[in-house]
Amino acid sequence: MLTQTLDNPRSARHASMARRYERTPVSQTETELSQQTHWMIAVRDNRDRNAFAALFDHFAPRLKGFIIRSGASAHQAEEIVQDVMLTIWRKAAMFDPHRAQVSAWIYQIARNRQIDIARKENRPMPEELKEEPGMEPDASQILALEQEAGQLKQALATLKPEQREIVEKAYLGELTHQEISAQTGLPLGTIKSRIRLGLERLRHELKDLKQ
Amino acid sequence: MSAITHHIPDAMLAAYAAGNLSHAFAVAVASHVSLCAECRVALGAHQAIGGAVLEDTGAVAVSSSLKDDILAQLDAAFTPEPVYERNVIFPGPVMEAMKGRAPRWKKLGMGVRQDILSEDANGSVRLLYIPPGQPVPDHSHNGLELTLVLQGSFSDETGHFGVGDLEIADEDLEHTPVADPGDPCICLAATDARLRFRALVPRLLQPFFRI
Repeated sequence: MLTQTLDNPRSARHASMARRYERTPVSQTETELSQQTHWMIAVRDNRDRNAFAALFDHFAPRLKGFIIRSGASAHQAEEIVQDVMLTIWRKAAMFDPHRAQVSAWIYQIARNRQIDIARKENRPMPEELKEEPGMEPDASQILALEQEAGQLKQALATLKPEQREIVEKAYLGELTHQEISAQTGLPLGTIKSRIRLGLERLRHELKDLKQ
Repeated sequence: MSAITHHIPDAMLAAYAAGNLSHAFAVAVASHVSLCAECRVALGAHQAIGGAVLEDTGAVAVSSSLKDDILAQLDAAFTPEPVYERNVIFPGPVMEAMKGRAPRWKKLGMGVRQDILSEDANGSVRLLYIPPGQPVPDHSHNGLELTLVLQGSFSDETGHFGVGDLEIADEDLEHTPVADPGDPCICLAATDARLRFRALVPRLLQPFFRI
């Protein structure tokens, strides 16, 4: 099921994968893409509750830790986790794995919900971009973006402790834009190139955007 | 239509992703991202770092009942937030700031008009309408001012700004933006403090016009 949704039947890559698929029930793409991405796509396309439960098991404790770190009590944090998880379920149609990894998408939802609840107003958000209906997913783009995100995570892990703390504080919303140095020490160029490719798929939406 | 050349600095995009910009600045940033592919890509990169921080934050166990509580709510009815579509020159976040209405222009003299969309102690968001060839009253700032061009263009001491360009002016900048020939220039201006005008008369008028 997932393989069908993710493969691009026009690509040469698919032909070789199809041959492999006959020998083994798990296609290469399916093993390479992260579980989180599979779960999120299953939630988006099939409203799959088991996949949602798996996302909960992975993200809810991390979200709780993340929200407590930004100053909430354990009780408040669970309320916000609940709110974030329900938002993931309700807004799943907006998830586009060609442009955002699951953790990046959930990060933004979590920060938005924290701010909305604290300020009792909706944060201004950019216009959402949507795929053309029936557009074929591009598994190689999704995979490449995941790999870039993985490298970013590794780069974060290898920062000096004080540098890493500044990055964490910045993305937990503890620093003003004046306090955030543009130099995070993280290599953003390659992931930007990959996200740009994911955006360029949406050509009908791009006409409203300028380069 | 020329390409956007004045973008949002990375530190400001990071603060926006983390939810640490004032409402007024967030309206300007979300509006620029709605128009600008480059900054949409850069915002995606910041969300990816946020996702990496979320993945790496220490997990905290959630209460045993939380998962079932959330699963039980998946089918509950909910009212989605209204989505404000772009209306010709006004991007979605500007339409949201106007709550879907048309601009209500108030005359400021010399053909210049404004519509204050929100104003509080943390800043203001307004639309400005400047006839071609007309300067905006000479002013400096108590804080930062973000100006996003929505129609036409203007030039000042620092450069030329066309549709989608975002000018960031700090308190040290005493500038005189002049609308270029052609269409009237319509801008979104966001401040984190009230403007102060240099000329005596506009300063006296300030309490009346709230500019």
